[in-house]
Amino acid sequence: MTETPKPITALADEGPTAPPRSHWRDVWDQFKSHRGALAGGIVLLVIILAVFLGPYIWPYDATYIDIRSRNQGPSLAHPFGTDQLGRDTLARMLEGGRTSVAVGLTAMLLALVLGSLIGVLAGFFRRLDGPLMRFTDLFLSLPLLPLLLVMVLLFREALNGMFGPEMGIFILIVVAIGVTSWMPTARIVRGDVLALKEREFILAARSIGTTNFNLITRHILPNVMSPIMVSATLGIANAIITESALSFLGLGFPPDFPTWGRLLNDATQYLQDYPERVFWPGLAISLTVLSINYMGDGLRDALDPRIRGR
Amino acid sequence: MLTYTIRRLVLSIPTLLFISLVIFLLLELAPGDPMAQVPLTVPPDVKERMREALGLGEPTHVRFGKWMYQFFVVEPMLLFDHIFGTALAEGQQRVLSWQFRSPVMDVIVQRMPQTLWVVAMSYVVGILIALPIGIYSAYRQYSLFDQAGTFVTMVGYSVPPFFSGVLVIVIFSVQLGWLPSIYDTTLEVVDWATFKQQILQMVMPVMVLALQTTAQISRFMRASMLDNLNQDYVRTARAKGLSEWAVVMVHVLRNSMIPVVTVIALGVPYIFGGAIITEQIFKVNGLGQLLITAIQANDLPMVQTVTFMIAVLIVFFNIVADVLYGVLDPRIRYD
Amino acid sequence: MTLKSLLLGATAASCLGLAAHAERGSDGHVNVIYWQAPSIMNPYLSGGTKEIEAASLVLEPLGRYNEKGEMVPYLAKEIPTVDNGGVAEDLKSITWKIKPGLKWSDGTPFTATDVKFTADYCMNPEGGCAQLAKFEGVESVEVIDDLTVKVNFADAQPNPYGPFMGGQSPIIQAAQYAECTGARASECAEENFAPVGTGPFVVDEFRPNDVISLSANPEYRDPAKPAFATMTFKGGGDATAAGRAVLETGEFDYAWNLQLAPDVIANMEEAGKGEALAAFGTLVERIEVNLTDPSPDLPEGERATAKHPHPFLTDPAVRKALSMAIDRVLLTEIGYGKAGKPTCNWVPGPDIYASDNTECLTQDIEGAKALLDEAGWTDSDGDGVRDKDGVELSLLFQTSTNAVRQDFQALIKQWWSEIGVETELRNVSASVFFGGDPGSPDTFQKFYADLEMYANLFDGTDPQNYLASRTCNKAPRPETQWQGENVDRFCDPEYDELVKELGRTADLNERAEIAIKLNEMITKEQNVIIPLVHRGRVSAKSNTLGGVVLNVWDTELWNAADWHRIKE
Repeated sequence: MTETPKPITALADEGPTAPPRSHWRDVWDQFKSHRGALAGGIVLLVIILAVFLGPYIWPYDATYIDIRSRNQGPSLAHPFGTDQLGRDTLARMLEGGRTSVAVGLTAMLLALVLGSLIGVLAGFFRRLDGPLMRFTDLFLSLPLLPLLLVMVLLFREALNGMFGPEMGIFILIVVAIGVTSWMPTARIVRGDVLALKEREFILAARSIGTTNFNLITRHILPNVMSPIMVSATLGIANAIITESALSFLGLGFPPDFPTWGRLLNDATQYLQDYPERVFWPGLAISLTVLSINYMGDGLRDALDPRIRGR
Repeated sequence: MLTYTIRRLVLSIPTLLFISLVIFLLLELAPGDPMAQVPLTVPPDVKERMREALGLGEPTHVRFGKWMYQFFVVEPMLLFDHIFGTALAEGQQRVLSWQFRSPVMDVIVQRMPQTLWVVAMSYVVGILIALPIGIYSAYRQYSLFDQAGTFVTMVGYSVPPFFSGVLVIVIFSVQLGWLPSIYDTTLEVVDWATFKQQILQMVMPVMVLALQTTAQISRFMRASMLDNLNQDYVRTARAKGLSEWAVVMVHVLRNSMIPVVTVIALGVPYIFGGAIITEQIFKVNGLGQLLITAIQANDLPMVQTVTFMIAVLIVFFNIVADVLYGVLDPRIRYD
Repeated sequence: MTLKSLLLGATAASCLGLAAHAERGSDGHVNVIYWQAPSIMNPYLSGGTKEIEAASLVLEPLGRYNEKGEMVPYLAKEIPTVDNGGVAEDLKSITWKIKPGLKWSDGTPFTATDVKFTADYCMNPEGGCAQLAKFEGVESVEVIDDLTVKVNFADAQPNPYGPFMGGQSPIIQAAQYAECTGARASECAEENFAPVGTGPFVVDEFRPNDVISLSANPEYRDPAKPAFATMTFKGGGDATAAGRAVLETGEFDYAWNLQLAPDVIANMEEAGKGEALAAFGTLVERIEVNLTDPSPDLPEGERATAKHPHPFLTDPAVRKALSMAIDRVLLTEIGYGKAGKPTCNWVPGPDIYASDNTECLTQDIEGAKALLDEAGWTDSDGDGVRDKDGVELSLLFQTSTNAVRQDFQALIKQWWSEIGVETELRNVSASVFFGGDPGSPDTFQKFYADLEMYANLFDGTDPQNYLASRTCNKAPRPETQWQGENVDRFCDPEYDELVKELGRTADLNERAEIAIKLNEMITKEQNVIIPLVHRGRVSAKSNTLGGVVLNVWDTELWNAADWHRIKE
């Protein structure tokens, strides 16, 4: 008898017209609107493209010695000048960048993954805390140089045999830098996790039966993102410089193999006479680190739901 | 908390003993020879005799046992003698350096003044600069100050001390002639003039080292502050009518300190032996230079002792950090 | 002839010194920087150059070599020779006469007992003496009277000037070291840091690997010397910084051994605060050729031993071609400037021992190619690398980490690639490379590479031991714990025979003839050692420091007593 009242049109629920926006889509949108992050991303992309494609385009070979044109300033033929043996600096920057960027990024990622994993596990599971942190103490205490020398002694020939000389040394260097630099990240992440896991939202999540795995990946990790990001930026600078130090120990790439760290170190001797020579590798390392830093900033902002959309 | 601290301290003893063993084995395994710096003109059989005179002929476990006894028994007894004027350690053999043929501890003590003056001072200066920069950068995120701070600290961190050290020497010693390029470790501060001299020779190494510390700590401070500035409790505190200063410097800062405390505690041990390159460039000749020259000369007793002392500091300061977490955030419980 | 004129010259020099400065300590303070810091003041416990140099300020031998390599008496009245009766006719003993009236810095008299004690101290089998080689063949040391001491050798010794000559074997005080012999040598920290000496300075404070404070020795034999009242001897840092401190900022007066690129030194000199000095000894930068197979496929213990000859470096044509392709003049210009001379000799001096072998100085790429073609090494598979019977001319070339050496490696690699030889480069940290750790694959003795580059020299002016280091039995191998100086594993009975003959010959000219023959066998005839550069020593002094005579045959501080301040 009574009609069902017609719903007021304006209040009618139309149902979702578009599929729900995914979490990562939101993150990406936020990231895009972060000017620093965008600029950082573009610069990094340019650097990566230049160092990976550059050597194919630029006519000079990084190891070719033209002794008559040594110690030249910038010119049309050699826009960045030449070094003390007459090798083209631009070619060496490009070739060296390939190694430095590859070593820097992979070693940083390795250290980050190791550090975050150990840090989260130690902070989250009380039973693992003691053993893992004592393990970290041990690694912090080992003297770096002898450790690296031992690694070369034990693994160089084996790796060279398995992966060929260049890949073998690359793996050795990345692993050497990775396993000697994860500890600060682990300690920092653990400290943050210890505090986080007592927070209300974790208790709430736990009370609705969230598994430990989901708890860690959904609630803990996004909240320790910012120290991890800072570690990443500092880590990449460290890795690039450490690589050059390894080469001096005879542990790294062959001596005629340019890298940014090595170019910077070689040029320091000529600081007064040819100041432009230190400028290029210094600039390249700084730019790479800065761009990663800004991308880290953007990513951090994008991952924080509280400021998303502001 | 107290029981936790005591338990950790007690537990640190076996940990440290294990660490000392691992360091010893690592040094054994590492390639190197205490005769590396002896000229090639000295024939091999003479070198072999010299190695034997250093005790290298004995098996590894005997040498490790000797080191343990000398380090953990003889050296503390000597310290006891020194304080109370007794003669317990009379005639006992101490840990002797292979390079100097003299007790390792004496040389370490000798290196302390310059290490503390330069490296420790730079650490303190670095922290004192970093904290305000980090806090203000986060509070005014993306302001001009924040951008400039980011730029300077990141470039500063990307430029390694082997370059920045030489750069400041070329500018301030060679071109301008204002500062000495070589640190005088024999200088004793007795009056105003020597104090001024000490300050002048400290400026460059302290600044080069502090730049690295500042860059690192200010980044962590900023990131951590940013995480906390948007939390609900901050809004609550503001709503309560607390002053902005109290909100930021009391509530937010305290909650943001955990990662920063970790980083600071991790850095302290490296004051004693970590500033290798800077010490070499400015000829400060502190513990870092001592360690690196000992490694190069394969002076195993020296390397073992210095690295072990650093290990003690690492374990100790990590305990300090863990205790401080509990103080900063009472929710953190260890038991 | 030489001795008399030398003595006269030395007296004249000291008279001149006397005239210039009437008073000890009148010139105040002098600053010296060594970028490698001395760790001990006793040269018998550390064979390191830096320690020998620092100790020479305090401790003195009976005689030294001067800047020309000639012997001059220091604590001795004269240099004993066969002519003056000091050396026995049968060459089995040498008798030293000490200057009368000498005093140690603590005021006690210097006697022959101290000389004998020094020999006993070093020859003690438990002491681990670094200078034992100087006392090789010594049977006993006899004290004849207070001022006469006689050294007896087991066999005839053509060169009896090993003990007590030069910076490596100075005299230490018997009274001070009496309790420090044998196994107790290393427990005497105080004595080893501040030895009582007869030299121009005494140690006030010794900080190992850091700084030494010294002051003038009040008992020094010449009352007018040294001109400086105090000295600071700073160590540490790197060669660039040391050069800068003397040549550019003027903070220091003397910097030792500046191993820097020539243009860097030249630019530093332009600041006008000081000058770089160069002098030549016997140091030769060379490439050593491995005559055994270092292939990693061989089992450990057989790898790089005489059991497996090298697949292609045993071919003399290949070795010769490698040598011909190198432009030594250019290498010298780039790496050492005025501190180097291109050389084809392994024994570059003193002049009577140096062969006039110069044919390698002109680079001959075409000649090298022709030589390889002739020997059957051609690029048969078209990969740009020559081969023969399936063996490719592909090399691993290692050296220690050092900026100049890495530049050399890059240049040489390019030249060799022009003649169709492929090179892989490797650098090894100096502390591992020059260390004799038998467990490490990277030492220069183990030589797990095809070629390696380093520099070596011989002490004093007699090359006998140096030449004898290439006999068959000196090859490093597993049985010798990989110790030995014959890193090439060179083995030629004819060479060994000639070395023995050298040991029997006493006449200087005959010795020189044999030495030249041996040198040529190993370089120009067989190319087992490919010499590159005869390297000099470069040190820097400030413009206000006078009296410096750079000496490579003894320590650089040999005449520190004569150093003085030039008044402007």
